[in-house]
Amino acid sequence: MSEIFGIPVPVLAGQLMLGLVNGSFYAMLSLGLAVIFGLLNVINFSHGTMYMMGAYAAWMLMNWLGVGYWWSLAIVPVVMALVGIAVERLFLRWIYHLDHLYGLLLTIGFAWVMEGVYRDQFGSGGQSYPAPDSLAGVTDLGFMILPDYRGWVVLASLGTCFATWYLIERTRLGAYLRAATENPRIVQAFGINVPLMLTLTYGFGIALAGLAGVLAAPVIQVTPLMGSNVIIVVFAVVVIGGLGSILGAIVSGIALGLLEGLTKVLYPEASSTVVFVVMALVLLFKPAGLFGKEE
Amino acid sequence: MAAAEMLRITDLHSFYGESHILHGVDLQVGRGEVVALLGRNGAGRTTLLKSIMGLVGRRTGRIVVNGRETIDMPTHRIAALGLGYCPEERAIFSTLSCEENLMLPPVLRGGGFSVEDVYGMFPNLRERRASQGTRLSGGEQQMLAIGRILRTGAQLLLLDEISEGLAPVIVIALDACIRSLKDRGYTIILVEQNFEFAAGLADRVYVMENGRIAESLRANELEAKAGLVQRYLGV
Repeated sequence: MSEIFGIPVPVLAGQLMLGLVNGSFYAMLSLGLAVIFGLLNVINFSHGTMYMMGAYAAWMLMNWLGVGYWWSLAIVPVVMALVGIAVERLFLRWIYHLDHLYGLLLTIGFAWVMEGVYRDQFGSGGQSYPAPDSLAGVTDLGFMILPDYRGWVVLASLGTCFATWYLIERTRLGAYLRAATENPRIVQAFGINVPLMLTLTYGFGIALAGLAGVLAAPVIQVTPLMGSNVIIVVFAVVVIGGLGSILGAIVSGIALGLLEGLTKVLYPEASSTVVFVVMALVLLFKPAGLFGKEE
Repeated sequence: MAAAEMLRITDLHSFYGESHILHGVDLQVGRGEVVALLGRNGAGRTTLLKSIMGLVGRRTGRIVVNGRETIDMPTHRIAALGLGYCPEERAIFSTLSCEENLMLPPVLRGGGFSVEDVYGMFPNLRERRASQGTRLSGGEQQMLAIGRILRTGAQLLLLDEISEGLAPVIVIALDACIRSLKDRGYTIILVEQNFEFAAGLADRVYVMENGRIAESLRANELEAKAGLVQRYLGV
């Protein structure tokens, strides 16, 4: 019982746990991307940058204002939502009537500009952000030693994903969102302020990215490039799950994080490409994604 | 007469991008009236309804709803004045159940149907309430598209081709539905291809051609001028 496939259980479990932590971030980020793409038809390439800005916001709050982790968890999503709202109002609003490509270009541009600003300000070396004292310990699960903070990240992100899923699929507000995703003009003809919905939805998606950034800050190096590093994988996750599918984004985010972790143990050389291999296979056999609807 | 006016359109021009679709439309609808817009495909009838809702690219002229100028209003503010729009494609949402579709439009003002009222008028919808919206039959989808704008308290209904492609028995049911709405004081603009259906319901008829109003007739003139109308509608 101490080895599986010739690998010590604690090693395997540890890597799977890391995979689950990464998967949690993939899920939260791809969820925001899916919601934004569904309603705004914008492929938000600046999503990773917003995640990075969320992590830095927590760092700045702590180092410049002495605001701790738990307060950051509440404040940063609100701040990032306001950033998102400003971006939507000032920039995205003007290009909805144009091809997808323009939204992609605009958000890439925004990502590069912000990355440049953060590199100028903080350098590319990276900052460290401590886990809160109450979660700094470890728990012995018998088969592995679990750092408490990692357990918390997985729980918090699963909770957030479930709450978002519930909001969209089971509430009246979510029904507006689903309907506006299908046919925004008719929803507006029912008297619903669709332009405001677009603004708030973008703000919400960015708040999720910011929240993921705060959750990630204690487990990774906070660097200006942390967003670019993760965003390509997250796009692959969205494609695998099915563009615009809420459940698909969550499930494939978690699953691919686990798969990456497993690959790190079994065949480390492939761990950074396995997601893209899966993406290629999915595109080959189910082009709409695992949870996407075929047109 | 002025107090009883629900809608007055003056010199309306509408555009989709570079295409100029409506060329100076004038039209009045009194409160409680049923008015039919007849004409060939492409005459501009659907565009006229969309223009009233602010769903075209650009529009100029005047569109006064219940005494309020709406030409510069965004679509959702126009709807809030008490307009209910039932588009030609019905626009039933596939990601929503029948009942979610029905409950989707927010109540804009008092005096609308309750859900029970809607089910009373269209009993089929009650049986299909949990079904996915787009799994309903064509007739059921049409009933749903009409029923869901009755809940909002809208008093001016814009109904685009509601009899199109439906079995005669369904068309008869819709005829009864429109009559009952008229009895309740609703103001209705019908865009119709089906002359018989429209002529049986309308107090007045506008005939459109090439983005203009070509003829305006009272119901009692229709028989005498049937030949004229048929010429406009004939292919």
